Amino acid sequence: MNKTVDIIQGAEACAKGAIKAGLSFFAGYPITPSTEIAEMLSVLLTKEKKVFMQMEDEIASIVSIVGASLAGAKAMTATSGPGFSLMQEGIGYACMTEAPIVICNVMRGGPSTGDPTKGSQGDVMQARWGTHGDHAMIVLCPDSVEEMYYQTINAFNLAEKYRNPVILLTDETITHMREKVTIDFDQPVTLVERKRPVITTDKPYLPYGTFDDEVSIIGNLGDGYGTSITGMTHKEDGFQSPIPKIGEPLIKRLSRKIEKHADELFEIEQINPTAKTLIITYGATSRTAKSIIHHGRDDIGLIRLKTLFPLSDETLIQATKNADRIIVAEMNLGQIYLETKRALACTSKPIELLSKVGGALITPNEMLQYIEGVK
Amino acid sequence: MKGEKFINPSRIPSIWCPGCGNGIILHSVLTAVEELNYSKEDIIFVSGIGCSSRSSTYTVFDNIHTLHGRAIPIATAVKLVRPEKKVIVMTGDGDSLAIGGNHIIHAARRNIDLTVIIFNNSIYGMTGGQFSPLTPSGKRATTSQFGNIENQFDAMKLLKGAGATYLARIGTYFFTQMTKYIKTALQHDGFGVVEAITQCPVYYGRLNKMATPSDMLLWQKDNLVFKDRISQEKQEGMDEKLLIGEFANENTPSYLQKRKALLERI
Repeated sequence: MNKTVDIIQGAEACAKGAIKAGLSFFAGYPITPSTEIAEMLSVLLTKEKKVFMQMEDEIASIVSIVGASLAGAKAMTATSGPGFSLMQEGIGYACMTEAPIVICNVMRGGPSTGDPTKGSQGDVMQARWGTHGDHAMIVLCPDSVEEMYYQTINAFNLAEKYRNPVILLTDETITHMREKVTIDFDQPVTLVERKRPVITTDKPYLPYGTFDDEVSIIGNLGDGYGTSITGMTHKEDGFQSPIPKIGEPLIKRLSRKIEKHADELFEIEQINPTAKTLIITYGATSRTAKSIIHHGRDDIGLIRLKTLFPLSDETLIQATKNADRIIVAEMNLGQIYLETKRALACTSKPIELLSKVGGALITPNEMLQYIEGVK
Repeated sequence: MKGEKFINPSRIPSIWCPGCGNGIILHSVLTAVEELNYSKEDIIFVSGIGCSSRSSTYTVFDNIHTLHGRAIPIATAVKLVRPEKKVIVMTGDGDSLAIGGNHIIHAARRNIDLTVIIFNNSIYGMTGGQFSPLTPSGKRATTSQFGNIENQFDAMKLLKGAGATYLARIGTYFFTQMTKYIKTALQHDGFGVVEAITQCPVYYGRLNKMATPSDMLLWQKDNLVFKDRISQEKQEGMDEKLLIGEFANENTPSYLQKRKALLERI
């Protein structure tokens, strides 16, 4: 193995991971702090004779990647807060049409224009529930430049496997940071490709009526299957239907095809699993917790969420069983805190929130002082 | 009937009201496709939301019924991924020029190789008759009961300014000419738009003293004037919206042609 040691930026790791995963169509709109991803891909994709599009806004960006995906491309966009808000309708369209797409949302201060140049973790619940209607979402959250590379590849694989949008939820810190990585960019990685329909003469082709573990097997637009796609509630042949007995199983299946795999999709990193005091965190904030632990506080445990959604209650219950004090640390007013309380409600364990908003990271000192009860 | 082989019979009858002109436009598009000897595999139909946009779902082509206003950026992507296909956008006046207005001007600016058919019924039909950006000033709609005080877009002027390289306006009364324009648009390299004026007797005509389909078609006969058949002087004195014909047919490099040149260069 020929691992390369290098210093690269999070955005570059994302762009290189996307290329490695087989990205063939990127569309985006300039926005801080995600623009570097688009800039890099504009060069890499064009050199590979693949498609880079700078669209007129984020609405056009998201819907064009859905169109590209349904025509057979591996497609992605990258954006931040205000752009992510504009994309929500298109994300719902991708859920309903079962379009595999990857959205990298680089979190910055919000609400509204907020603070474009500072980090935040304020978009967690928007990533899960931003689009209207019941739906499932896969949300991944890297905490290092190196993991950004691998999680980007993973995002494409999960999108193809489950035919659903996958959100790579990162933040300004991880995306702009340059740090050491040890990656062999030439090493082959496992890639997942969507299934293609097998057409037989004895039964009609049904794009939303043939499944692999409840994931529709849909012919790409342009392959000539006669694929018919709509964002409306639809029958097996892809034609819209207002009949509740068609709508209900469809909506339930779209959620179930993801949620039933929560235990395998929900990944965590654990440090000091026997510790009594436990920090649950993710993304940039987990680096603060790791810093404390690595500087001699082996009495503190860490659960770092690599996947935010779907969240496996069972995994979280098992991973917290040794703790008698649980602190959720995050750069928002308690979005994963409330989710943790919900997941651990049956354990009756006390759960605290260490929250910071406004753009600055939670420092190791602040985290330590909170744990020690220093005011 | 010409074009009939491209209709998916399992999806008929359509949702369109009796007397609606949308079927005439769909028939014209399918006739053009047949007369140009395209097979069903050559075409991808993309549509937005609204009465017009249901048209794509009634065909046997690979088709995608998208979001309100978003057919054009989705079609742009489909064309870039499948450049060998003819990608046809079926859209309405509200879909393409209100909620989708930003997308259509940028698609025109790019001169992306798409054929866009704008079904202009001067109203939001699907939602029951609200005024659109193409509802003429003074006309009644459910949200302009006392007469529309907003000005209307002239889609031809707007898109010409934005850079579209093939532009034509025609009405459902002129079926043969409509088919001819659609055929020209389909063979055009670049962004081609045919604005097809169509009758909505139920939601537009009834509120504007044209309650029957024939009233509305006769209005087209009497009021739509081929721009090439009258002098420039007379045209200037006329309401532009009443002029029909070809408003642009330019042979400038399309987006795909420029992209091909770029990929060869680097």
